[in-house]
Amino acid sequence: MSILVDRNTKVVVQGITGKEGQFHTRQCIEYGTRVVAGVTPGKGGQKMDDVPVFNTVAEAVDATGANTSMIFVPPVFAPDAVLEAAAAGLQLAVVITDGIPAMEMVRVLAQIADSELRVIGPNCPGAISPGQAKVGIMPGHIHQPGRVGVISRSGTLTYEVVAQLTAAGIGQSTCIGIGGDMLIGTDFIDCLALFEQDDETDAVMMIGEIGGEAEERAAQFIKQNMQKPVAAFIAGLSAPPGKRMGHAGAIISGGKGTAKAKLEALKAANVAVVENPAKIGQTMFNVLQK
Amino acid sequence: MKIHEYQAKDLFTAYGIAIPPSKLVVNPLQAYEASAELGGDLLIVKAQIHAGGRGKAGGVKPAKSAEEAARLAEEMFGKVLVTHQTGPAGKQVKKVLLSQGIDIQKEYYLAILIDRNTKRPAIMASTEGGVDIEQVAAEQPEKIIIVNTHHGAELSPFTAREIAFGLGFSGKQVGKCVKLIQNLYRLFVEKDCSLIEINPLALTGDGDLVPVDAKVTFDDNGLYRHSDIRKLRDYDEEEPLETMARHYGVDYVKLDGRIGCMVNGAGLAMATMDLIKLYGGEPANFLDIKGGANKQNVVNAFKLLTADPAVEAVLINIFGGIVRCDMVAAGILEAMKEVDVKAPIVVRIEGTNAEEGRKLLLDSSHDFVVAENLDDAAQKVVAALPGGDA
Repeated sequence: MSILVDRNTKVVVQGITGKEGQFHTRQCIEYGTRVVAGVTPGKGGQKMDDVPVFNTVAEAVDATGANTSMIFVPPVFAPDAVLEAAAAGLQLAVVITDGIPAMEMVRVLAQIADSELRVIGPNCPGAISPGQAKVGIMPGHIHQPGRVGVISRSGTLTYEVVAQLTAAGIGQSTCIGIGGDMLIGTDFIDCLALFEQDDETDAVMMIGEIGGEAEERAAQFIKQNMQKPVAAFIAGLSAPPGKRMGHAGAIISGGKGTAKAKLEALKAANVAVVENPAKIGQTMFNVLQK
Repeated sequence: MKIHEYQAKDLFTAYGIAIPPSKLVVNPLQAYEASAELGGDLLIVKAQIHAGGRGKAGGVKPAKSAEEAARLAEEMFGKVLVTHQTGPAGKQVKKVLLSQGIDIQKEYYLAILIDRNTKRPAIMASTEGGVDIEQVAAEQPEKIIIVNTHHGAELSPFTAREIAFGLGFSGKQVGKCVKLIQNLYRLFVEKDCSLIEINPLALTGDGDLVPVDAKVTFDDNGLYRHSDIRKLRDYDEEEPLETMARHYGVDYVKLDGRIGCMVNGAGLAMATMDLIKLYGGEPANFLDIKGGANKQNVVNAFKLLTADPAVEAVLINIFGGIVRCDMVAAGILEAMKEVDVKAPIVVRIEGTNAEEGRKLLLDSSHDFVVAENLDDAAQKVVAALPGGDA
């Protein structure tokens, strides 16, 4: 099964003719993802390699049956791109774009609340179900099909974790980067719930970081709803308060959002917590042995 | 982005929110002139630095006359204030706000922020103003009112009324409170704020609601569309290396340790710092060269990192995905042509073109310590510190 993306995923790339859009579209196709269309307003009728380009998402969906969007358009236009994906009836939009103002996300997430669309991101690496589909910018080759789900607020740290899992012989069902911004469309709890229901996932690896209380709320959810084992790492134990650590959402403010508080909440929920980021693969290995 | 109290109060004025008469001064002469102009039998002298906790550190003082205010301001200039938010080095006072004292009957707390959980702005208020709100939240959570708003630039009066009645206002004060919150909300939305905080908000003897303090911070992602707000940035308040980093398009945060780090990706950069600390070292900085980094970014980032005199050893940790390791290696070598780095450099590169990258470094004339993996890298860099332990 896996979650969110699989063999049936048919991708339309919004912003396909830009530099990043082109590069990552090719990478996704090379991995085996079915990229069926691209959208760049004003470039309808052209092709990006073999992928037909349309002026609107609605046209792309009509012509190709696309069900998922991957969005590369710049921050100024990205909110509109998400609304267009929702209006075209898509089920999933993976928003790679970094730098969208939080107030824009407030507006967009409120406006799509009644639509079918689920947003992953923004400011995220995307989602991959190894061996099936890659809808994002992660390097495909480090992944291996398997039965551990990965959820992370980070990009390259996720690659590090996945590489450790693969090196330990642990494959992945689906890996999702949920994004490093303050406001994101899909959070830990949404993904945990999907993995709990997925019969091809045996355990979940969660990678959090400082800022907000998403990990604490995830801990509460795990305690009450999860049968499957969960392991977790939280980045930023050494981060000072009041300083934004790269990601818009990675900041300890008002004494809230410390790595320590998150680790304690997760421990209390019986999650296998690892403090050494080099031992994440080993920790999941131990969890699976139990 | 943070701004000063006086700048926040200027924004309040522009949004129709009355504040006590006040003047910003930057030298003693101005302080004497301004305090005489303000007059009155109570003046508050407030150091303008980007950190909370000024009061306890001696950065906020009452004066009973214009002369006393001017004298207190004169003493404050050049003084280094150390608060719980400045770090041990403290911050030097270069600007002082002189403000007329007001007749305070009661102090409240009022804030607008973005609620990550509900994915909407929220208004937070309390009858316990003038004190540390985090302490109130911990000890008397029932004294804090939180109301989520809806999207859109205008706040419906009923939402603001919930706060006004929640704070126990009645009669004319309800209307005044609603007006105040609506004006603040307009500022919050129109200027892409991430926080507006008034602590305390004073109820005066005349029944007016007046912000005594003002803190406004902005969403960095929204700055591109507010040239007026970008102009409010005070470079004196920022770490010079952080200002340079922003110019170079990399994310950098200065820390207190001796191990300089260069990493691609914010999460991996934090994890690298954590691991250094786990092995007894202290990171000198957070540095993310970012996903779309090109060779010039790497050159600039490396120069930035090694420009910090506190750095005695360097750890470079790259997990190449989209970023190619050979490009990063070439960037490091390029930078080393221009800067003479004496500190030992430990390199861990993994992922796309890692082999090529490692070969470039090992074949160069420099002595890099190449690490096997993340764990090995952290141990090696801590061991490489001159004098052993961190």
